[in-house]
Amino acid sequence: MEVFSQFIQLFFSGLTIGSIYALIAIGFVVTYNVTGVLNFAQGEFAMLGALTAISLSGAGLPLWAAISLAIAIVVLIGALFEKTAIYPARHSSGATLIIITIGVSFVFRGLAIFIWGTQPKSLRPFTANDPITIFQAVLLPQNLWAIAISLVGVFSMGYFFNKTYIGKAVSACVVNKFAARLMGIHPEKMSLIAISISAGLGALAGIVIAPISGASYNMGMMLGMKAFVAAVIGGLTNAPAAVVGAFLLGILESFAEGFWSAGLKDAISFALLLMMLFVKPNGLFAKATGKRV
Amino acid sequence: MKRNGQVLLTVEHITKQFGGVVAVNDVSFDVNKGEILAVIGPNGAGKTTLFNIVTGILAPSSGTVRFNGTDITGKKPYQIAQLGMTRTFQNLEVFTNMSVIENVMTGAHRNMKTSFLQAGLRVPSVKKEEKAVEEKAMRCLEKVGIAHLAYERAETLPYGNQRLLEIARAIAAEPALILLDEPMAGLNDEESRWLVEVILQLRKEGLTFVFVEHDMETVMAISDHIVVLDNGVKIGEGTPEEIYRNKAVVAAYLGEEETVC
Amino acid sequence: MHERRLGTWLFALGILLFPLIVHSNYLLSILIMIGFYSLVCNGLTMLMGYAGQISLGHAAFYGIGAYTTAYLSATHGWSPWLSIIAGAVISAFIAFIVGIPTFKLKGHYLALATLGFGVIVYTCFKEFTSITGGMNGFFGIPSIKLFAWEFSNDARFYYLIWTVVLLSLLFSQNIIHSRVGRALRSIEGSEAASDAVGIDIMRYKLQVFVYSAICASIAGSLYAHYVTFINPQAFDAMLSIYFLIMVITGGASSIWGAVIGSSVFVLLSELLKEVVPLVFSNAGGEFEIVFFGVLLVVMLIYMPNGLTAAWKKITGKWRTSTTLSPAAKGGGGR
Ligand SMILES: Nc1ncnc2c1ncn2[C@@H]1O[C@H](COP(=O)(O)OP(=O)(O)OP(=O)(O)O)[C@@H](O)[C@H]1O
Ligand SMILES: [Mg+2]
Repeated sequence: MEVFSQFIQLFFSGLTIGSIYALIAIGFVVTYNVTGVLNFAQGEFAMLGALTAISLSGAGLPLWAAISLAIAIVVLIGALFEKTAIYPARHSSGATLIIITIGVSFVFRGLAIFIWGTQPKSLRPFTANDPITIFQAVLLPQNLWAIAISLVGVFSMGYFFNKTYIGKAVSACVVNKFAARLMGIHPEKMSLIAISISAGLGALAGIVIAPISGASYNMGMMLGMKAFVAAVIGGLTNAPAAVVGAFLLGILESFAEGFWSAGLKDAISFALLLMMLFVKPNGLFAKATGKRV
Repeated sequence: MKRNGQVLLTVEHITKQFGGVVAVNDVSFDVNKGEILAVIGPNGAGKTTLFNIVTGILAPSSGTVRFNGTDITGKKPYQIAQLGMTRTFQNLEVFTNMSVIENVMTGAHRNMKTSFLQAGLRVPSVKKEEKAVEEKAMRCLEKVGIAHLAYERAETLPYGNQRLLEIARAIAAEPALILLDEPMAGLNDEESRWLVEVILQLRKEGLTFVFVEHDMETVMAISDHIVVLDNGVKIGEGTPEEIYRNKAVVAAYLGEEETVC
Repeated sequence: MHERRLGTWLFALGILLFPLIVHSNYLLSILIMIGFYSLVCNGLTMLMGYAGQISLGHAAFYGIGAYTTAYLSATHGWSPWLSIIAGAVISAFIAFIVGIPTFKLKGHYLALATLGFGVIVYTCFKEFTSITGGMNGFFGIPSIKLFAWEFSNDARFYYLIWTVVLLSLLFSQNIIHSRVGRALRSIEGSEAASDAVGIDIMRYKLQVFVYSAICASIAGSLYAHYVTFINPQAFDAMLSIYFLIMVITGGASSIWGAVIGSSVFVLLSELLKEVVPLVFSNAGGEFEIVFFGVLLVVMLIYMPNGLTAAWKKITGKWRTSTTLSPAAKGGGGR
């Protein structure tokens, strides 16, 4: 029973962190699909969302208002980021664009130090946080919130891209930019929409995790890189697969930490990343293609 | 069907599928030493795909390619090039980050010896080799007529000269066979005529050419032998006169060409 | 004499005379830091600038060099010279093994793989406490001796590091203007075309990766002997990105890009450390990364080929030079 309860405990914390990775990873995939940019600043949106929400709620706003406003602000920051850094460089090579997003992530992190300092802060839980005991494993309601919100996020994204007009327009750009243009869709506008949405998803992820593990200026980098690993497991272009990858990674990390060593869990995630890249670079579900000459 | 001469390249029952599309379908032909062979066919006939298979960029779904007696199917592109087969590209692939002459010197890579360590320490043999290869590159540029541009940055060259540069780079490797993928595309009449002259001159010096071309006048004028592809299938083969007389070819390709133009 | 050799000699002379003219330990220590980074960036410029292969993990080799020499010389009493070489050999070996699968990847995937590699190595520094001392750090790394001569003060160390930097710059410059250098650049220019002229792309990517790893490793080893105390945080992913900033700032159109990029980076961070607290009194930590972020974005959008290229454009020296025809022969470019 001892081992079983530990198992349940680890499984749930894996699902929690996995759900955070999932939200950020969807943002990666959406951005990558529409703009071809691998956005290293994606994790910083989580940091910005969390810290903004903490400040707003500290200023006296009710929690729901602080959260909504924080997400809206980060969406605007995302749009600004697209206009100032991605759009002017849209014709650059993939590597150049990656490095630009790294530069932007530095800017976000530095500004966060300036605004919020280096001390970690925390957000109060969404609801009363009395532990619930299931099979002797202790769970916090906030964990359930995290999992539930990310699932809602995942499904509403699915709905958005497959059912709404704008969502379909964005998807059309992914399939064929040229044809999309003929249909009267502007790929440039879609790039703006995609990055703004991704920013909002990132902010949501940061806000959800803030009551559990706190928030600080440097939380974005690792979250972002882990979400990368998840997206790569899913093949970088497939959002549902990235979500599956995110949960797999969260659970793997949680068990590695519980049964082995907290310090080595990062090494394990990145070893998984390398293995995926070396063995199945296009994800668990895809086939390779090369440049045509 | 048999031609006289020594066979340099043999393409045997090559088939290439991309998913459902059969881009090249059971194509066979020989290329003789010293000959100019044209591969013609409408857009999407599979010409570039065939080139990519022969040069090792793509692996065929089935069939074999033999070059100079050795089976080169499945070999890597650089290994095939090292055996003495170079090519130019339909959509130019000039090294835009180098000068014109460095492009050509890069072409001579396979006949040079300098290793990483030797280069870094600049042992005396490196200096000698560099000097020799630069002179050789200059001669190659002279052959195609752009020696005066040797020290310009390659990316500043106009389109036609970039095509010539690709040829100079290809001959710097001292190959036995050169594959030209639509060498005249985008050239004006004068440039095309010069290019024909260059090719004929190089052939005289012993080079063998396989080329893809849409301009029938040029094809008929300079090729010794023509292979016609349509929809991935070889629908005809022979001398220019034979191709003119071949009803299937005229129907499937030349006829279509005329209605299009 | 070639123009490019003349530049090198003048630079060497400047390096030689500097400590005799300027007596400031602060400035010397800054130049020593620039030296370490120049050595790393020299190899990285070959890898990223000339061969066009991105690496976001070179802090790993810098760290492997540092920890290997620390462990062998402090714990096992090896001569630092030997332990530095051992570090370089280990780095070269790891680069080779890691490089084989890694360089089958391109673009994004290559960036991610090298980043992942860097994080894994960093985690190892942190976790293998019995060798590295973990987060507490590694103390008591001995200084380097040449016979009775000990590289213990800044002036002596300055000459040591810059001698190594100059030698490596010379080596790289020789590479660039050779068959090997052209092969490397052809990979950046067009992989399809370099394949088509018979260049074994994988082999050259591996060679230049190993070379860049050796440069980083030696720099890291020398750094360890200079500061005598190291800890894992000195070798995290941020450092890899700082290297990237230096290489991009300097640019790859000349081998001097490595020195220029490192100098700009070190001087800028020193300046920011002085100025930022005066302007924003409450800004602690690594606030200065804002400026590096902006620098990176602005460079890449407006000056993607770095300062050296911008300089060449301004002075009109666009024509590339070869053995027989130094740039001088051609005169103005466009
Ligand atoms: N890498 C690839 N993946 C999928 N299909 C391909 C690929 N390369 C070529 N094809 C398809 O194979 C067919 C033959 O193409 P190919 O480029 O060989 O024609 P081509 O004769 O060179 O035409 P063109 O005269 O336009 O250059 C076309 O239908 C093309 O779409
Ligand atoms: Mg073609």
